[in-house]
Amino acid sequence: MKPLLDVRGVSKRFGGVTANADITFDVNEGEILGIIGPNGAGKSTLFDLITGFQPMDSGRVQLDGRDITGMRPDRISALGIGRTFQKLKPFSDLTVTENVMVGALAGTADMKLARDQALECLAFVDLLEKRNSFARELSTGQRKRLELARALATRPRLILMDEVTGGVDQRTIPGLVELVLRLKEQGVTVVTIEHNMQVMMRLADRILALHAGRRIAFGAPEEVRAQPAVVDAYLGTVADAS
Amino acid sequence: MQGGTASMLEAAKAEHLWPRPPRWAMAIGAAAAALLLAYPFVFTSSFAHHTMILILLYALMAQSWNVVAGFSGQISLGHAIFFGLGAYSSTVLFAKYGVTPWAGLLVGVLLSAAAAVAIGVPTLRLRGHYFAIATLLIGSSVQIVFQRWEWVGAASGLYVPIERTSPWLYLQFHRSKVPYYYLMLAAAALGYLLVWKLRRSRFGFRLQALRDDHDAAASLGIAVARHKVLTFMISGAMMSVAGTFYGQYVLVLDPERLFSAEISILVLLMTVLGGSGTLWGPALGAAVLIPLSEYSRIWLGGTGRTVDLIIYGVLIVLVCMWRPSGLLSVFEERIRRRRTVS
Repeated sequence: MKPLLDVRGVSKRFGGVTANADITFDVNEGEILGIIGPNGAGKSTLFDLITGFQPMDSGRVQLDGRDITGMRPDRISALGIGRTFQKLKPFSDLTVTENVMVGALAGTADMKLARDQALECLAFVDLLEKRNSFARELSTGQRKRLELARALATRPRLILMDEVTGGVDQRTIPGLVELVLRLKEQGVTVVTIEHNMQVMMRLADRILALHAGRRIAFGAPEEVRAQPAVVDAYLGTVADAS
Repeated sequence: MQGGTASMLEAAKAEHLWPRPPRWAMAIGAAAAALLLAYPFVFTSSFAHHTMILILLYALMAQSWNVVAGFSGQISLGHAIFFGLGAYSSTVLFAKYGVTPWAGLLVGVLLSAAAAVAIGVPTLRLRGHYFAIATLLIGSSVQIVFQRWEWVGAASGLYVPIERTSPWLYLQFHRSKVPYYYLMLAAAALGYLLVWKLRRSRFGFRLQALRDDHDAAASLGIAVARHKVLTFMISGAMMSVAGTFYGQYVLVLDPERLFSAEISILVLLMTVLGGSGTLWGPALGAAVLIPLSEYSRIWLGGTGRTVDLIIYGVLIVLVCMWRPSGLLSVFEERIRRRRTVS
């Protein structure tokens, strides 16, 4: 089967710093792919390259066989890749419903239909109660849900989620994990960046491990976790403790 | 989905798509509309007419500025360009070729939209202050061009030739200001209707989204640059309409005044005072600042010119202290927030 997303030899340098060096991986339709790596490993940069927010130095990206390398972010979104941002970017002066409507309006110009779709997405992320609040009034965890709802409202085939459980309080993590699993049930393909290894082992069908901009492992979660390079770079302390 | 969520979803979908303003606000609106329609017959002095014509004119100009700043988040300091282009288009065509100002109005709109593209395509990629600086400088340059350009009268400007045969065709009313009043009222009403529709449209939602965050907007499929240029065009066209009416009203075009940075800044002050990004803020700002400047000129004679600016300054400082987002924005947000039925 052809992969939904195919990333080949992607590289990016910022001045003297190599953010991504020759990264290759693919994502199959319907799976959850996890990306792990210590801070500065190049995870968020990789998202920016795939979604067109930064130009890549070399390499190419294909979505369902179509080359999307070098396209503008709005074009890539229109082709079916949604994303969230590590540094959250809510539309602060819009209400929660209005925020998600902006996403739904990617697929329709009918405002009532967009509103109803937005409400459904809000129900999905369990944020319906806050629908008439302004986005700036939400907590960090609620904002993450809002970003997710907004991206989902564009009805993406593939969603890239940057640290859904990062920076939120521990009690809300199980709910967020549950959310991602329900996404998968609905047939959305997910690529998620995650620091929390326990969360990742529960979620991911396959894992891509990065370190200093390079791919150090790629495969089934147990395999990746067992790789010495991964243990050294990222899991050293966890492995020692167990 | 649990039962609770399902019933809440039903309740949410049953809510009005657009929140209703409270009754008292509707009552104020109806009273204001009635007053505006009857105004020339209630207040019959020429001065009262003149002041209200200026308020309506500036309400339209400030709304034009609001479209760019309040919705797409770009601070333009060169909006007088479009005002001047509107006035010159109709006047040059009429004075030199006898073309009716109605056609001149359309030419002005097209020229202003074209100018907005020419200015906007290179400058709208600049963010924040840099766009403001660029438009300020382009505005001064355009003013200098019109002050030197002999064909359009250079620094002494142009007169609209007096034409008494057909007032509505030539847009000149010499006996009374009342027709000008209703023309301006209609123009302003159309402008506000347009913006009211805009705010409830997909395009308007996208503008407000990119105003708050470019990247998030792009990630949802919004072509940010194209939307910004298009908005600048709409805004320039609105400003141009105001320019044509102003030219027909005063019948003298002075490049010093028409293309002045003062006009660009005045529309900014009005909008910020009333609440940028709101529908009625620009009108409120015009309704506060224009009488202030007209009356201070009467009470204080020629020196009133500077006094009104001092009062503007004090007002802006007060608004910044108490209502940094403008007089009306808190009110509008309260309506948008509405009561959540759960």
